[in-house]
Amino acid sequence: MSTAATTSTAPRDRRTVPAAGRPGGPSDRLRAWAARGPLLPALVFLILVTQLPFVATLVISLFKWNAYYPKERSFTWFANYQEVLSEPALRDSVLTTVLLTVTVVLVSLVLGLGLALLLDRTFAGRGIVRTMLIAPFLVVPIAAALLWKHVLYNPEYGLFNGLLHWVFGDGAAQPDWIAEMPLGAVEAALVWQWTPFMMLILLAGLQSRPADAIEAARIDGAGAWQIFRYLTLPHLRRYLELGALLGSVYVVQNFDAVYTITSGGLGTANLPYTIYQTFYQGHEYGRASAAGVLVVIGSLIIATFALRVVSSLFREESAA
Amino acid sequence: MSAPTTGVRSPRATGAHRPRTANTLLGLLAWLCAIVFFLPIAWMALTSFHSETDAATNPPSLGAPLTLDGYREFFGVGGGASPWPALANSVTASVVSTLLVLLLALPAAYALSIRPVRKWTDVLFFFLSTKMLPIVAGLLPVYLFAKQTGLLDNVWLLVILYASMNLPIAVWMMQSFLREIPVALIEAAKVDGARLPTIMARVVAPISAPGIAATALICFIFSWNELLFARVLTGVVAETAPVFLTGFITSQGLFLAKVCAASLVISLPVLAAGFAAQDKLVQGLSLGAVK
Repeated sequence: MSTAATTSTAPRDRRTVPAAGRPGGPSDRLRAWAARGPLLPALVFLILVTQLPFVATLVISLFKWNAYYPKERSFTWFANYQEVLSEPALRDSVLTTVLLTVTVVLVSLVLGLGLALLLDRTFAGRGIVRTMLIAPFLVVPIAAALLWKHVLYNPEYGLFNGLLHWVFGDGAAQPDWIAEMPLGAVEAALVWQWTPFMMLILLAGLQSRPADAIEAARIDGAGAWQIFRYLTLPHLRRYLELGALLGSVYVVQNFDAVYTITSGGLGTANLPYTIYQTFYQGHEYGRASAAGVLVVIGSLIIATFALRVVSSLFREESAA
Repeated sequence: MSAPTTGVRSPRATGAHRPRTANTLLGLLAWLCAIVFFLPIAWMALTSFHSETDAATNPPSLGAPLTLDGYREFFGVGGGASPWPALANSVTASVVSTLLVLLLALPAAYALSIRPVRKWTDVLFFFLSTKMLPIVAGLLPVYLFAKQTGLLDNVWLLVILYASMNLPIAVWMMQSFLREIPVALIEAAKVDGARLPTIMARVVAPISAPGIAATALICFIFSWNELLFARVLTGVVAETAPVFLTGFITSQGLFLAKVCAASLVISLPVLAAGFAAQDKLVQGLSLGAVK
């Protein structure tokens, strides 16, 4: 972190207030505070509203606390964590969360890459195609979940079975999609929503590709695949990382799709849904908090990786 | 923006040497993908204009007569709960929280980009790292706090929470937009004797207006879409549009047209804003890292 800070501040010294370098008299300190001043409202607000509740969650997670039995509240150290990690339902939801996030992010990233490559060319109606492809990302998540549950997946009059009926006639198979592949059903809906997002980021990456390098490679006789493998893909790397990172941060937290499509049933309960249920319906405050802290630890692992990506973006930006 | 040719240059560079038929085929493939991705939305729109009986047929009926019954039902014209209070709450929560975010983020971004405080990268990372804290991890204390203070089922609590949810992204995006302002311009204003508020209003704001608009758009979309906080912290009075929609989760498809009408109406502000500002959306969603 510190190396990142020093290397990236260097080219910006021209903008820094003159006082910054000199050790200080009172007027310097005053100026330093004046520089920090505009930052404080946002900082204080953020700490109060996001950090404080998390600290409270940490504390609650050490208590045995069920709202139905308020008198039995007691300090139990890490008993809640032990319970969370040993209870099969909760352990399963950890696994579900990982599976859901990895599948959705990877599949939508690959599809998004394909679509971005298709759109990075001129053809008739390109603008309309782009607009149509962005649309799924712009449907309110719960509305999208309702659309998939009722309008597409419904075994009796959903569009999917309707299309099967249409194409294969009266003898067509009419699967009950959600019952037969619950996690797949949730994943498909999320992939549909997130693919456009990945496409948007990767398309921006493709269009910032240096055209002269590609032209030179082509003159040297490189084929389309070679150009993609050795020029396009390396250039896209940071865009792919950014997409994966932002996608993970949001998909890990997904609540709407699980809540709507399966209500957490049939092995689709992810951690956010399980926590919601544990505290909102089960009133198990201590246990819900412990599970919440575990989600944070998981997210921190993603975040460490994430911040490294971001800081590399940063260095390039400052160097430019 | 800086290089208006990029959009044209790269497709021409990749397409020029390719055989014409291959190009046409790839274009058709793009169209096919677009149709597949758009089909659910088109189908939702069509269903919303069908009567409930026509909506629930298998195989699907394309040519059924169109009607506004689904919309009438949704807006509670024929009895049933009216969605207007929920829509009004959503507007309040999204618009006011977005304004609050801009008010807090603009000075912060200024401090981080135009006259950077020391250790500004660390501060920026701190802002961003709060975004990595999952919402569920702070939900319970917020709920308990709201219950104690009587703020449960109060839309202003959502305003505060949505602002905190979007502030990190807004600070990040805005500092990257403000970074593009030429320093010379600000120096010149200072030489002319302008103080901070004047510089902000006369120099910074006009130049970064498109960036501010993009930031506002994204904050608005995220607030409008939010469900978990709203579901847990609101009830009858302060329920938002997404919470109103949760009422349709268990409906056994008897009201397919109504569900479709409701989903479309509630998605409309986001769809409209997103279509209108596609490029800004890309720039903003990639946190200003993509230019």
